[in-house]
Amino acid sequence: MEKLLLRNIGIADSHTLAVYQSRGGYQSWEKVVRDMKPAELIDEVKASGLRGRGGAGFPTGMKWSFVPKDSPKPKYLVCNADESEPGTFKDRLLIEQDPHAIIEGTLIAAYGIQSHTAFIYIRGELVAGAKILERAVEEAARAGFIGKNIFGSGFDLDVILHRGAGAYICGEETALLSSLEGGRGWPKVKPPFPATHGLFGCPTVVNNVETLAALPWIIERGAAAYAAMGTEKSKGTKLFSVSGHISRPGVYEVEMGYPFKKFLEDDCGGVPNGRKLKGVIPGGGSMPVLRPEEIEKVNLDYESVQAAGSMLGSGGVIVMDETTCMVRAASNIARFYAHESCGQCSPCREGCHWMEKIFHRIEHGEGQAGDLDLVLNISGNIMGNTICPFGDAAAMPAAAFIKKYRAEFEAHIAEKRCTVRTE
Amino acid sequence: MALEFSPETLKRFEATVARYPKKEAAMLPVLYLAQREFGHLGPEAIAYVARLMGQSPARVHGVVSFYTMYNVKPIGRHHVQVCRTLSCALGGAEKITAIITKKIGIEPGQTTADGRFTLSEVECLASCGTAPMMQVNDDYYENLTEEKVTAILDGLK
Repeated sequence: MEKLLLRNIGIADSHTLAVYQSRGGYQSWEKVVRDMKPAELIDEVKASGLRGRGGAGFPTGMKWSFVPKDSPKPKYLVCNADESEPGTFKDRLLIEQDPHAIIEGTLIAAYGIQSHTAFIYIRGELVAGAKILERAVEEAARAGFIGKNIFGSGFDLDVILHRGAGAYICGEETALLSSLEGGRGWPKVKPPFPATHGLFGCPTVVNNVETLAALPWIIERGAAAYAAMGTEKSKGTKLFSVSGHISRPGVYEVEMGYPFKKFLEDDCGGVPNGRKLKGVIPGGGSMPVLRPEEIEKVNLDYESVQAAGSMLGSGGVIVMDETTCMVRAASNIARFYAHESCGQCSPCREGCHWMEKIFHRIEHGEGQAGDLDLVLNISGNIMGNTICPFGDAAAMPAAAFIKKYRAEFEAHIAEKRCTVRTE
Repeated sequence: MALEFSPETLKRFEATVARYPKKEAAMLPVLYLAQREFGHLGPEAIAYVARLMGQSPARVHGVVSFYTMYNVKPIGRHHVQVCRTLSCALGGAEKITAIITKKIGIEPGQTTADGRFTLSEVECLASCGTAPMMQVNDDYYENLTEEKVTAILDGLK
């Protein structure tokens, strides 16, 4: 398969403007600014079938089209580089090795919604990535791709790199905007949606790094070429970050619809040390775990993974072999969400901590009869009852671990010890 | 004496604020400037930033306490942060923390008496394919082993 997103990865000095341009970089940007009207660009992206790669999978062109054309307010485009989903490290690879692809995508998206100020919100811990992006923005500005009167078209565009400061929730788009406004990263109630009431109450589009990085290729080769790849509803290619008990961890680019089992076994080399697969999280820590028998017929696209009872999410694939204690895994994930809950909504703020405490006591041999149903009850009370999807992201995996490995949880409670780990 | 920015940092502060459509949006970068200048963001630093930004100290403290990368207390010269989230946990993060604890004599959440190290356990740092990993100040160290961790710590003076 031809690589779109990883096409520059592994090339020497791929982060520099010279190398990026030698491989055709910024030609799409020039074509957009010189030859395309914003409405044509939006139609092209709609026709490509590109969907948001941050986790939700919302159609990108449609998201842009919700921005009002006649608003007197400034419009903002925000690149979401706040990659924090457990098991996900694809955006970091692009940031460090192909920053100009992200910048070019950001420029194209900003033109689509006629924004003259774009932000790249990068997670605070990625200090090396921020330096690389900052240098790349400076290079692109010096070359005239960013700034005033770009390519003599009269179109102005400024790009501001903004560092987060350590908070998972800021990857959620309305939390990101609260953070960018200088406050706590608190999600906002939708509607109104950012497309009409975003940054400082102005029309705003937030797109993920991987989504934006796909745009230069789509413009270069055309929407039809992109839409020719993938499945009926999941077009193009997607990046998967593979970690845990797997022979060849790393970032893979896969055509949508590729068989999951084949991917794990052939592309990633399968579970190492002659051990068997026990479970796999397909889309980052927020998504329900799948048992080996559940992935037999699953393909890597939004619809197929959803039909199997989980979600494609960020494409963060976490593999667990037969030596993994699922109580411990569930406890680890629950602790993550208890730590990261922003605290606005009571069901999430309280519920995440209770789930963590209960999993922790089961893990440490202090579980009580009724604990499992209690977690399921708490999880059910969080689901759908919070401002943002974080609540669901905490509730879904907790319930899935119990439902799919219930005997293991019950054994921990009955025997007051771990019944799995051999160490 | 009350805390204040050096003239050089004050210039950077003004340039930073000027980059944003609204002054309040510069809060996070300004807090980074203050943390670099003052070492940590105690009550005096927060009061100073509040004055500069035209906001109440309570609001600034609310922002500072929300994010993990702002330190309200002094920390060691080398902030050793071991990722403990699932992929790193599957890759042996706990052993890495135990090795560090044994070597430098502090538990997560503590700072060595000489101010050389602070040890923390942190959540996913987007380095899951190269687990286990840790971040020391700005730098990532990946695919950690006992030998590697020992050598890294020995190199941090």
